[in-house]
Amino acid sequence: MAEPKAKYDRQLRIWGEHGQAALEKATICLLNCGPTGSETLKNLVLGGVGSITVIDGSKVEPGDLGNNFMVDESCVGQSKAKCVCTFLQELNDAVKAKFIEEYPEALIGSNPSFFSQFTIVVATQLAEDSMIKLDKICREANVLLIFARSYGLTGFVRISVKEHAVIESKPDHFLDDLRLNNPWPELKRFAETIDLNVTDPVAHKHTPYVVILVKIVEEWTKAHSGALPSTRDEKKEFKELLKAGMVAMDEDNYKEAIEASFKVFASRGINSDLLRIMHDSCSEVESNSSDFWVMVAALKEFIANEGGEEAPLEGSIPDMTSSTELYVSLQKIYQAKAEADFLAIQQRVKSILKRIGRDPDSISKEMIKSFCKNARKLKICRYRPIEDEFNNPSVAELQKHLTDEEYSVAMGFYILLRAVDRFAANYNSFPGQFEGEMDEDISRLKTAVVGLLSDLGCNGTTVTEDLINEMCRFGASELHAVAAFIGGIASQEVIKITNFLFFTAHNKTICSHGGNFHIQQHRSKVSIIGTVECFDGTGKLSQSITTSWDGAVDLLQALPPIYAT
Amino acid sequence: MAESTVHQSRSRDLDKLLLRPGNLVAPTFEPGAQLRDDLQEYARILVVGAGGLGCELLKDLALSGFKNLEVIDMDRIEVTNLNRQFLFRLEDVGKPKAEVAARRVMERVSGVNIVPHFCRIEDKDIDFYRDFIIIVLGLDSVEARSYINAVACGFLEYDSDDKPIEETVKPMVDGGTEGFKGHARVIIPGSTPCFECTIWLFPPQVKFPLCTLAETPRTAAHCIEYAHLIKWDEVHSGKTFDPDDPEHMKWVYTEAVKRAELFGIQGVTYSLTQGVVKNIIPAIASTNAIVSAACTLETLKLVSGCSKTLSNYLTYNGVEGLHIKVTEFVKDKDCLVCGPGVLLELDTSVTLQKFIDMLEEHPKLLLSKASVSHQATNLYMQAPQVLEEMTRSNLNLPLFELMGKVPRDIVHVTGTTSRDDKKASCLRKLCLVFKGADAVTDQDMAVGA
Repeated sequence: MAEPKAKYDRQLRIWGEHGQAALEKATICLLNCGPTGSETLKNLVLGGVGSITVIDGSKVEPGDLGNNFMVDESCVGQSKAKCVCTFLQELNDAVKAKFIEEYPEALIGSNPSFFSQFTIVVATQLAEDSMIKLDKICREANVLLIFARSYGLTGFVRISVKEHAVIESKPDHFLDDLRLNNPWPELKRFAETIDLNVTDPVAHKHTPYVVILVKIVEEWTKAHSGALPSTRDEKKEFKELLKAGMVAMDEDNYKEAIEASFKVFASRGINSDLLRIMHDSCSEVESNSSDFWVMVAALKEFIANEGGEEAPLEGSIPDMTSSTELYVSLQKIYQAKAEADFLAIQQRVKSILKRIGRDPDSISKEMIKSFCKNARKLKICRYRPIEDEFNNPSVAELQKHLTDEEYSVAMGFYILLRAVDRFAANYNSFPGQFEGEMDEDISRLKTAVVGLLSDLGCNGTTVTEDLINEMCRFGASELHAVAAFIGGIASQEVIKITNFLFFTAHNKTICSHGGNFHIQQHRSKVSIIGTVECFDGTGKLSQSITTSWDGAVDLLQALPPIYAT
Repeated sequence: MAESTVHQSRSRDLDKLLLRPGNLVAPTFEPGAQLRDDLQEYARILVVGAGGLGCELLKDLALSGFKNLEVIDMDRIEVTNLNRQFLFRLEDVGKPKAEVAARRVMERVSGVNIVPHFCRIEDKDIDFYRDFIIIVLGLDSVEARSYINAVACGFLEYDSDDKPIEETVKPMVDGGTEGFKGHARVIIPGSTPCFECTIWLFPPQVKFPLCTLAETPRTAAHCIEYAHLIKWDEVHSGKTFDPDDPEHMKWVYTEAVKRAELFGIQGVTYSLTQGVVKNIIPAIASTNAIVSAACTLETLKLVSGCSKTLSNYLTYNGVEGLHIKVTEFVKDKDCLVCGPGVLLELDTSVTLQKFIDMLEEHPKLLLSKASVSHQATNLYMQAPQVLEEMTRSNLNLPLFELMGKVPRDIVHVTGTTSRDDKKASCLRKLCLVFKGADAVTDQDMAVGA
C-alpha cells in the first residue's frame, strides 16, 4: 500500500498536518443514510475521518436505487446502513466503519447516552420533535451536532453547538501586521540604520517599503505632535511626501510604499471584534474553562501589560521589492518580536493554568503559537438551541423576511419545512407524498402553515400559494443532486468545526434550488461574526455582500437576528 | 409489467419532479412519464473531465434521470486524486480516468450507459460535440474551457434579424473549484455571455519578475522558480523539464535549497517546490460535491424545464462561513466566439492556401497552422497525416468553389494562437462573404445549412 499520506496531499495544502490530525481523531455518528446522509459521510470518509457509525433502521427499496449511489441492485431487501457502510469502507480503508440497524428516533428515545461517545453527530432527515430531543442530548454531552435535510428542491443545514471557537479562520483578506505606525524599539532602530537618501541608485530602489514608511511616519508624527495623518488632505500630503522621495520613475519600492500608505492610517491597537471576545464573560476563567478561553485570559493580561495595548505580533511580512539582505533582516526582526510575544503569552498561559488548578503544560506550544499568530482574527460562534429557535423566534424579523423580495422564498421554505413536520404528525405522511390527494394536501398544508405562523406570532404574514403548491409537488422526495449539494455543505461544516479551523456557516442555511438558487443564512447579531451572505437567485446582482469580515460587521446589524442567541 | 413497476419505483423521487405539474417551472415544462422517459432515452450529455468534478458529475447525472452519458478525459489516475475522486481506488492508479469512472458508475447504477473517451478534447472532431444536448464541464484550466466554449458556440447561427437560431444553440454548464471556493455557471450561446465574453473574470496568473528571480530573491517561491525556470536550462540545455518526473522535481528542489541557503531564505520544502512548479491547486471532496450538484441541477432544469434555471453565474465561498452569490452577467455583443462570427470579405479567387495564410496575419485571429471545415466537411486538416494527405489537394482550389459557391457562409477554423506567451489550441467561427459573387448565384444557391 502506498504511503497513505500522499493521497491527502491536496487537502494538506489547505489545513496542514494539524488539521488532518484533528480530522483523523474525529468520530462521527450518522443518523439516516439516505442520499443526504450518505453523501455527507462520503466526503468525510474521503478526507480521512477517524471513524463513522451509521444508524438507520430501514431496508433498501427499489426507489433507493434511483437516488443513492451507495446501494446497488444486490442490496435490495438488506439493511441500508449495512450496504452504505460497506461502500464507504471501500473509499478509505483507514477509516473505521460500523453500522447499527436501528431507527434514529428509537435510539434517541431509548438510549440518549449512546451519543456521548462521538465527536460529532450528523443528523439527517429528522423531524422537528427528534431534532429538539437530540439537540438537548448533544448539548448536555458536549457533542457537536449538525442537522441536514433535503426535501425536493429545498433543504437546510443547521449547526447546533454551544460554542465553536475559531483560531485559524484563514480569511481571504486580512490586513498584515506591520505596525508601521507603532513600531517597537528593534524595528525603529533598524529603520534608523538605513539612509533613505543613499546615493547609489540600486540601493535606493531596493529599500523595502516597510522601512520607507516607518521612517516617513516618524518624520510626520514629529512634525505633528505625535499625531498620524487623519484628514483626507493630510493623507494626500503624506503620499506626496513619499513621492518626493523618489529619484526615478521606475522605483517599485516607492510605488509600493504609496500603495501601502493606507496601512499607516489604520488605527493602532486591537480591533473591536477581538475586544468583544476579551470582554466576554467566558474570559474570566475557572477550572473547567476551555483551552481557548484560558489563552484569551492570557491574551488579555498580555495586552494590558507587555503588549502595550497590542495583540502579539503575527510575525510574517508580505513580499516586497527589496534587496535580499534587507528583506531577510527585516523578516528576522518581525520573527524575533513574534517569538518574544509568544513566549510572554506562553508564560501567562502557564501561570493561569496553575491558578485554576490545571497542569501548566496541558496546552501545547503549537496551540499557543497558532493562537498568537491568529490572535487578531479569533472568532467565536454560538448557536442557539433548536428549542429556543422554535419557541422564541424574533417575530419582527421573521415577518420582515417573509415579505422582503430578497428573502421571501428562503424564508417561505423555512416555514414550510417546519409545517410539513406538523402535517406529518397529524396525517402520518407528508403532503403530496402519495398520489391522488394533491388538492386536499395543499389545503391541509396551508392550514398547517397558517397555524405555525400564528404560533410564531406572525399573524398577517403568509407564505405564497405557489410555494405551498411547490412543497406539495416535492412530496418529501429526496433527490440525489439536492442531497449531494446539502451533503457537500454539511460535510464542509463538519470539517470546519472539528478543527478550530475556519469560520462556519452561522446558524441555518436554507437552500432552494427551485427557480434559481436561494441560500440564506441568518446571522446572529451577537458577539462575533461570520460572514453574512444572503443571496438571491433571480439573477439580479444581489446587494453587494462583501466577504471581507470588516464589511460583515456593518451588514450584520442590518440583518435579522432571527436565530439570535 | 413487472419491469415497468420496477422502473417506476426506481424513479420514485425524480418522478415527483418530472411527472407533476407545478407553478414555479419553466414555460416549456410538460410534466409526465413521457418527459421522464425522453430524458432517459434521448438526452445525451457529455461530461468533459473525469477528475474531481467529473466523478461527481457522472454520479449525479446518472442519478438524476440521465441514462446516456459520455465522458472525455486525457489523464491517468494518480495517488493524489484519491482524496476526492471517489470512483478510483489505489489499484486503479495509472489507468485512464475516463474509462475507470465510466465503468464504476455503470456498475452501480443500472440502466445508465457511459461511453468513455481517453483522449484530448482537441482530438475529437467538432461534429462529435454536435450530438449532445448539453455539455457539462468539469475542467481545471482556462485553455480547455476556452476551447470547448468555442466548439459549442461554433454551432451557433444567427438569423437575418441577428437573433440566435434555437436549433443551433448548445448550452453548457461549467463548474470549477479551488479549495473551499467554486463556481457554477450556465452558458446559453447567443443569450448569456459565453466563456470568452467574461474572460476578464479570470485574474492573470502570478508571474515573478525575472530580475527578482535572478538577482533579489526574497521568498522560498523565488528560489524554486529560479531553479525551475533559469537554472534548469543553464544546466540541462535542450532537455525539457518534466514536472511529472520525480528526478527532475528532486533536482529543482535541491537547487532551490542551495539558492535559499545562499541568500539566507527559509521555507523551501519539497512539498512547496511541487506546489509552485506544478501550480498545484488544493482540492477537497466537499467543494467538488457542492459545485457538481449545482451543475447537475442546472442541467436537469435546462433539459426538463422542471424549474427555472440559474441566471447565470454562481460563486461559492466556504472560507468564511458560507457565501453564495448569483450574478447575471451580460453577453458581449462583439464577442469573437459567441457573436455572429468574425466577418471576413474574400475575393472568389482566393485559394484555400491563401486563406489559411491570411488567418495568421489577421489582427483579431493571429491563428497559425489552421485547419478549415465547412458544414460537416473538412476542407483541410493539418493532422493526422492521413487526413492531411487526403485534403492537401484542396489547398490550391478557390475557397469559394470548395464551399459550393455560396456568397456567404460560416466556416470553422482550428489552429494555435498565443495567449499570455502560451500557445493554445484555438477554434474560431468565421463568417465569410465573397465579393463579386453573382446576384443570380444568390438566388440559385441555398445559403447556410
